[in-house]
Amino acid sequence: MDTRERPLSPHLQVYKPQLTSTLSIMHRMTGVALAVGTLLLVWWLVAASLGGEAFTTIQTIIGSWFGRLILFGWTFALFYHLCNGIRHLFWDMGKGLDLPSAYRSGWIVIAAAIVLTVSGWVCGYHSMGAL
Amino acid sequence: MSLRTDLGKIRGLGSAKEGVAHWWAQRLTAIALVPLMLWLVINIAHLAGADVKAVQAWIANPVTSVLLILMIVAVFHHMQLGLQVVIEDYVHTEWLKLASIIAVKFAAIALAATSLFAILKIAFAG
Ligand code: HEM
Repeated sequence: MDTRERPLSPHLQVYKPQLTSTLSIMHRMTGVALAVGTLLLVWWLVAASLGGEAFTTIQTIIGSWFGRLILFGWTFALFYHLCNGIRHLFWDMGKGLDLPSAYRSGWIVIAAAIVLTVSGWVCGYHSMGAL
Repeated sequence: MSLRTDLGKIRGLGSAKEGVAHWWAQRLTAIALVPLMLWLVINIAHLAGADVKAVQAWIANPVTSVLLILMIVAVFHHMQLGLQVVIEDYVHTEWLKLASIIAVKFAAIALAATSLFAILKIAFAG
């Protein structure tokens, strides 16, 4: 059968970006980002098991401004994905699927992710004695 | 009227041919990861700036070792299931799709094994 002339469903870019669609694609992007971030976690564990220079190296890298930026991004990605993941689990139970609820839970997820990220970093700087 | 064949109904696996196993494992690991990741981040924040001795002492604590092992297993299982779906959605060349999925699964297992070895080494050999 000739498939070339079949009608295609509208491409995503013809839709106006909405909170719901933006948060949806962000769940996927943070999932992929977290997957890349696991490399850092494995590196850190291996360095801790080797001790000595291996650990000093990763600590210097993570401690640099660039390392902290990456780690900050990873923490936000984690908290966003975690909170939105819980939103997904409620949907899986059939709860909160109507439009007003989806918007409300969306805003809650954004707020919770920001609060958790900032709290985590305040806690981290506090342990370092910087606060 | 159902268009499904008798054999299809008995197998009950649907068009994806794997039933709900993949979906269910993704949810189970997600539920497990909520407390595990919160626990991890709190503890890493407390370890900020700590030297290697303090980090090793934390990992060697039996409760930490077990929770870290559970976290690693859940993370890499969940990650591998999630990335498989992403690949299936965007990679449409059959051989490339298959190769990418295999690469992701092998990488997940290798990274998990490496992490578990590092944790156990610190726990048992110091
Ligand atoms: C480092 C940890 C994690 C990694 C690497 C990770 C990775 C991923 C990836 C790659 C996906 C696929 C995204 C997609 O299909 O669009 C995904 C989906 C999902 N994740 Fe995670 N994730 C992590 C932590 C978590 C946590 C803590 C939760 C907590 C609830 C969670 C809940 C979910 C859920 C519910 C889905 C399915 C979403 C859907 O059906 O579209 N994940 N994750």
